[in-house]
Amino acid sequence: MISLSINGTEHRLDVNPHTPLLWVLRDHLGLTGTKFGCGMALCGACTVHVDGEAVRSCSAPIASVEGKKILTIEGLADAGKPLHPVQQAWIDKDVVQCGYCHSGQIMSAAALLAKRPNPTDADIDEAMSGNICRCGTYERIRAGIHRAAELAAKS
Amino acid sequence: MRRAKYFWLGGAVTVFSGIATLAGLLLSIANAATPSSGAAVDSARSQEAFRQIATVLRNPRCMNCHTATQFPRQGNERRRHDMMVMRGPDGHGAPAMRCLSCHQNINQENGVPGAPNWGLAPLSMAWEGLDDHQLAEMLKDPARNGKRSLEQLHEHMAHDELVGWGWHPGGAREPIAMPRAEFEKLVRDWIDSGAVSPPR
Repeated sequence: MISLSINGTEHRLDVNPHTPLLWVLRDHLGLTGTKFGCGMALCGACTVHVDGEAVRSCSAPIASVEGKKILTIEGLADAGKPLHPVQQAWIDKDVVQCGYCHSGQIMSAAALLAKRPNPTDADIDEAMSGNICRCGTYERIRAGIHRAAELAAKS
Repeated sequence: MRRAKYFWLGGAVTVFSGIATLAGLLLSIANAATPSSGAAVDSARSQEAFRQIATVLRNPRCMNCHTATQFPRQGNERRRHDMMVMRGPDGHGAPAMRCLSCHQNINQENGVPGAPNWGLAPLSMAWEGLDDHQLAEMLKDPARNGKRSLEQLHEHMAHDELVGWGWHPGGAREPIAMPRAEFEKLVRDWIDSGAVSPPR
């Protein structure tokens, strides 16, 4: 049995310890907001937070995150608030096209803002280059991050 | 009379400076190249051992993380790491794209390599572009090698898990050809024979 905290809820799971976190989230817990894109840590669609760090859940065996605090897109907004600043910014700036990559984009952006509340374009490039968008929404993602920084500063 | 007094003073300063310089020189020689076994320095043997050590240090499995750049490299062709992965402020990646974002403590079945404490070596341990002399001098210098003594350097090379990844890189990556046990013996031999740096 493996114990972990996911979005503030404790779980004890009877799963193969080699199972990637991505599939535990999607198949065992029904948290399908986190997406499968490549399964090889190349696209970022599967990004979640583990103890506050952005992690590719497709490449993190569940045994490696035992005892850690996991946050998925479903749990990103603070308690009592409808949306995280990044999520609100994504709406304000109309960032999304097909949407498939954006749970990963948002999780990476949120992790960036937690460490760099007012990121430069260079900071954004370095933090977000691992999240691929086939629709090419990169400039809107950049604008969304700057907008999220403004919203976070005001709240 | 006054001139004679100052002449004596100048002579004393010269003598004491010379003694201090000689003492410093002897001390640096002792620190840099005293074999731990107490055996005499064997310069030829030591240099040859290091030349062979250097072939491992220059292997892509090692050099790809001992870069002189703000990014790691990957592959035998040593291309820039995909996806604009960067060194970051601490050698473990940029915010939100840390090394641990993708790399775990062990190699993954999907081909992503992993080992404990995955990350870049500090820039003080950058090996790119160095000749054998410069490599040896860097390895011996506590100011650049992570404050390691020669014995600690041996321990690092012989037993550190991240170093050991080079022999078990997983996926389709070529491991270092020289067995680690042989590499460890060369490091031991180099140190015991005086840790002599090959000439420039």
